[in-house]
Amino acid sequence: MSTSLRNNQLALSATLAAVLVPTAIALVFFYAPVDEDGLNQKIFYFHVPIALAAYACFGWGAWKGLVHLWKGKPGADLESYVAIHLGVIFGAMTLLTGSLWAKFRWGHWWLWSERQLVLFLVLFLFYSAYFMLRYSVEPGPQRANLCAVYSLFGVVLIPISFLAIRLANQYIHPVAFNRHGPQMAGSQFFTFCVCLAAMLALFAALYQFELAGKRLDARLKELRELLA
Amino acid sequence: MSTYLADVATLARKDLRLELRVRSVVPSMLLFVVSALVVFHFALPSGSSDLAAKGLLWVAIIFTALLGLTRAFVAEREQRLLDGLLLAPCDRSAIWLAKTVSMLGFLVVAELVALPAFALFFSGIDGATVAGVALANLGICAVGTVLAAMAVAGRARELLLPLLFLPLAIPIVVGGVGASVADEPARYLGFLALYDAVFAIISWASFEYVVTE
Repeated sequence: MSTSLRNNQLALSATLAAVLVPTAIALVFFYAPVDEDGLNQKIFYFHVPIALAAYACFGWGAWKGLVHLWKGKPGADLESYVAIHLGVIFGAMTLLTGSLWAKFRWGHWWLWSERQLVLFLVLFLFYSAYFMLRYSVEPGPQRANLCAVYSLFGVVLIPISFLAIRLANQYIHPVAFNRHGPQMAGSQFFTFCVCLAAMLALFAALYQFELAGKRLDARLKELRELLA
Repeated sequence: MSTYLADVATLARKDLRLELRVRSVVPSMLLFVVSALVVFHFALPSGSSDLAAKGLLWVAIIFTALLGLTRAFVAEREQRLLDGLLLAPCDRSAIWLAKTVSMLGFLVVAELVALPAFALFFSGIDGATVAGVALANLGICAVGTVLAAMAVAGRARELLLPLLFLPLAIPIVVGGVGASVADEPARYLGFLALYDAVFAIISWASFEYVVTE
């Protein structure tokens, strides 16, 4: 892909994020109604979209890993790494916002019965080990392969862990979505959708930005080696 | 197909023969699992329920497997054996399957001592626990072998494997402990079988990329 097209993508996603994130925050505080849970319910609009964005990051990272293994496309390894890196950051934020929500709603900072939170803890541990793996292997084709395989294990682990935690725990997590569609008012659902779009746009912008930086680093290193 | 299985059998026999000559992995696993059970006896206050002990049995099994898996690919890396194996005219996944089979053998030997020792020190073992252990072994060895091959590629080696393995072992612990303590173990055993099937397929398919460049 040409550099100008990449820059356009970065500019586009950054603009989208810059518009959507403030809009989402404004909607959360001025438009969405306060429901019976009071003000602390507002954290829902951040917690859930961040969690979904983290899944998107992990999924995208695994997809790029698959592309690397399948087609051997150069650069796919870096793209996979950047997506997983952002996924870990979003995952940490999910843990943080979930913990805050649990404190205000149920009075505890940590609840083992809150399944999504436990799932994110497992994923956080799993993907933190990804960095240990990546930085203990010399850069090169083998490292790219190992990381790609590990990222594929990750997307398989997500549903398996979800099932495991469901089996392990009793059930107290509030259910906002079920088979009968979203259990919230239309204005709340609209706000939620905008928040989700904002988080995904933020992910896309950060992804393009970090990728551009990493590519620049690699190019600079190449030029330095040519000069030396 | 028959040549594939013959390759697997040859490679697994190589591992077993190596172990019979050197006797490094299995004795350490045996000693470790018995020591761990003794430690757990003193870690549980008197009056603790049998359920807590059953949970600790699973901790012992996971860590014993981890001990064996850390050594799984050490000879291959240190003696440059892996280069020879990769040059051999066999499917790379056969290397994974053979190593999984031999690790499974080691783990089963360790458990043949561990489960009676557990029954002796703590409480009796029922059929569901044995079935859970048998199913969990498959998943532990299938996933553990791929991760062990990953870990030896890095500088950290022995340090790395537990970090890679434990998050993936959490569902095994959930299924195993559930099978041991729940009134209806069938769904937990089913979950373990699902885990085995899913991770065996992905490990089998991805092993080639772990050992080649």
